[in-house]
Amino acid sequence: MSDTAGPVLAADGRPLKVSLNRALRREKLRAFLLVSPLLLFVLVTFIAPIADMLFRSVENSIVQETIPRTTDALRAWDPDETELPDEGTFQALYTDMVFAEELKLHTRLGSRLNYEKPGISSLFRKSGRSVGKFDTKDYEKAYTDLDAAWEDPATWDRLSREGFPGPRTASAYVGWRETLIAEGDDPLEEDPWDVLFGALHSDLVAYDASYDDPLLQAAKTASAGLDPISYTQQFEDIDEDWTNPEVWKTIQTYAAKYTPGYFLNSVDRQLTPEGVTTRDDNERIYILLFQRTLIMSMMITFSCILLGYPIAFLLANLPMRSANVLMILVLLPFWTSLLVRTSSWKVLLQQQGVINDVLVWIGIVADDSRLQLINNQTGTIIAMTHILLPFMILPLYSVMKTIPLSYVRAAKSLGATDWTAFWRVYFPNSVPGIGAGSILVFILAIGYYITPELVGGTKGVFISNRIAYHISSSLNWGLAAALGTILLVAVLILYWAYDKIVGIDNVKLGG
Amino acid sequence: MPKDTTQDGFVVFDRVQKSYDGEILVVKDLNLSIGKGEFLTMLGPSGSGKTTCLMMLAGFETATHGEILLDGNPINNIPPHKRGIGMVFQNYALFPHMTVAENLAFPLEVRKLDKSVREEKVKRALDMVQMGDFGGRRPAQLSGGQQQRVALARALVFEPELVLMDEPLGALDKQLREHMQFEITNLAHDLGITTVYVTHDQTEALTMSDRVAVFDDGRIQQLAPPDKLYEEPENSFVAQFIGENNTLSGVVETIDGDACTVKLDSGEIIDAKPVNVSAPGDRTLVSIRPERVEFNKERLMEGVHTLKAEVLEFIYMGDIFRTRLRVAGHDDFVVKTRNAPDQARLKPGEQIEIGWLPQDCRALDA
Ligand SMILES: Nc1ncnc2c1ncn2[C@@H]1O[C@H](COP(=O)(O)OP(=O)(O)OP(=O)(O)O)[C@@H](O)[C@H]1O
Ligand SMILES: [Mg+2]
Repeated sequence: MSDTAGPVLAADGRPLKVSLNRALRREKLRAFLLVSPLLLFVLVTFIAPIADMLFRSVENSIVQETIPRTTDALRAWDPDETELPDEGTFQALYTDMVFAEELKLHTRLGSRLNYEKPGISSLFRKSGRSVGKFDTKDYEKAYTDLDAAWEDPATWDRLSREGFPGPRTASAYVGWRETLIAEGDDPLEEDPWDVLFGALHSDLVAYDASYDDPLLQAAKTASAGLDPISYTQQFEDIDEDWTNPEVWKTIQTYAAKYTPGYFLNSVDRQLTPEGVTTRDDNERIYILLFQRTLIMSMMITFSCILLGYPIAFLLANLPMRSANVLMILVLLPFWTSLLVRTSSWKVLLQQQGVINDVLVWIGIVADDSRLQLINNQTGTIIAMTHILLPFMILPLYSVMKTIPLSYVRAAKSLGATDWTAFWRVYFPNSVPGIGAGSILVFILAIGYYITPELVGGTKGVFISNRIAYHISSSLNWGLAAALGTILLVAVLILYWAYDKIVGIDNVKLGG
Repeated sequence: MPKDTTQDGFVVFDRVQKSYDGEILVVKDLNLSIGKGEFLTMLGPSGSGKTTCLMMLAGFETATHGEILLDGNPINNIPPHKRGIGMVFQNYALFPHMTVAENLAFPLEVRKLDKSVREEKVKRALDMVQMGDFGGRRPAQLSGGQQQRVALARALVFEPELVLMDEPLGALDKQLREHMQFEITNLAHDLGITTVYVTHDQTEALTMSDRVAVFDDGRIQQLAPPDKLYEEPENSFVAQFIGENNTLSGVVETIDGDACTVKLDSGEIIDAKPVNVSAPGDRTLVSIRPERVEFNKERLMEGVHTLKAEVLEFIYMGDIFRTRLRVAGHDDFVVKTRNAPDQARLKPGEQIEIGWLPQDCRALDA
């Protein structure tokens, strides 16, 4: 080390670091270009889906997007003060439902809210069928009788530019326009719907104003004479449930754009209007499943170590030719289809299967008490250990291959017995292989799906089977995403802990 | 083979044979007696069976035939860890997951020594190889030379009577190697341990050993102290393997006790000392060291045969001059002369006459 202060200068007087960086930049660029196809591929097929999953696990904009007026109105509702939201909220719901029903969006929202409160799905479907038959028809008739101009879409278009009598009409008109456009219709051709007249009436009676526009002024004068209709009543007529505050509380709770609801659900909690609560006993499954997945993955990893270590040891110490034969046997499972292997375990392990037959034949097991080896955790552990074994053996083998014979010989020459030489010298040097194999097997096991599905029965399924169920059957992608995210985080935490304890540098896949 | 009667046979190989595959004998009929406290080197080309011999002694390979005795007791059936033989491996074989001190403590731990005794011995062994400050390091944090010292200390820390070293300096650079050669011999002599050392570096063998066993083709070709090995090689393999050597082939003309004449293939007659030729008419390779060739007429002995030679090349090497000559039809006859003030510097093309003392020219097997 020189004792001069300041940066070292290159021949041209620039700091050496700058010159070096400049010289390296081209190389870096080239290196980057070389990896960029892979980078792009990983980005598109790996990073992006994971990011999407993370997003989906909290994303909840469906409520706001489908019934925006309702969620707006509900913001002012305090369930502690009034039992039900006010009439305006019901009208907002009516307006939202009319447009949502037209675009068939209300059923989706119903399903979403059904996750949080069972029954909402059918309530929404039923309401969707009925919102077309509201008494707002009476307003439509009254206003068009008053002036035929109300029947003309051009009138509404003009008013939208000159100003509606109030925000409800304006908002309803915008919704109507957008709905028509979304359906491919021209708002200037279509007859105005009754929902617009309902909004118009509410606005006209709500404000004590006079209008320059004679059309509006005439309508206002007439409005006072019309029978006001109760939206609350109309909804109650569809279904009593609309007067159940719990339904409204649920909507209010899940009105936000982002929600922790899926995550809470994943750990058997629920976000209720009263705060986070534990789910009922009979609804709790996820924590149990997570626990089971972790414990069984550990057991699988452990049995892989137990079975794989001796084989890898043999492989590493056998002469080349016999080692190759053994290696083929180890790799054989890789060459047969996963499905075939799993199915053959079914044949072997079932109660009338080969293994039980043999045990009965030998006399270890009585014919009437054949072992239950499949469709439970035993089956999953046996089949998955077999399937994941190569992932343990290969890293172990490649690490053991690099342990020089002279280590053990040195230990023996120093006075160690075979066992001591193995345990004190060989084994510690093979630990990186165990580490690499265990991480590999554990991470694969924790996310395994096909095998538990086929041989796990109900007691032997993993969290991934539940994720798959939510993705393909229940279509609750948010929950699937939250479960997946938890799984991902769990793996990362384990990885981190492993790094802290063993050191990730100690993981060797060879070399 | 000249038997050294001062050796008491601490390690004895008795008609030992070894084959790995049941077809080829890697070691053929090895007879060797190593004295207590002796520094014996096994020297030989690659594949000559040196390591195999060492491994049989250490117990990692079993002899196919014959007996190995340690201090009078046959050890064929004693497992390696009970033989109490210290061993230094070519790649040192330090345990990477243990510190230097733990490496050294290992043989003491398996011998169930007390912690305090262990620490004491480890410290002493480390000091012995001047590595006292490095006890806490991992082997990977040491230089090659330092690792080598630790390996040595580890092989010695449990005070074995016999230490085996298989090319322990092979991975070091020249300077460090020479330094370590010196240290190892000193240590071995100071501690009075018997050492069997394997190398294929002849300089190493010559400078370090009490005796050298030259191996070739699974046999000991010669077993002798270094000076004898160099000056009195018993066959042409040893003559050519050890040091630089000029060889000329011919047929024995006459034999008279300690002297003989050889007719070279080119027709000239020369004087030589018969080593393993027995009768006139035997084919022979005569061997003569480059530094024993004389071309100064005044110093040539009276009455001996001389050969005509043409100078082909003169190389100035600082301390010596190396001259390449054409002699008896061979282009690779080399003469080495000391760079002394009165020494002649030959020029290419010069015609000279060369000769030697008859006892320096050895008539060996063809
Ligand atoms: N484990 C083995 N199996 C089969 N043949 C072997 C084995 N070890 C050594 N050999 C053979 O035995 C012969 C002697 O080998 P050895 O290792 O003793 O030679 P060496 O003199 O130590 O050579 P080097 O100087 O290269 O280390 C060689 O031909 C080698 O191929
Ligand atoms: Mg060798």
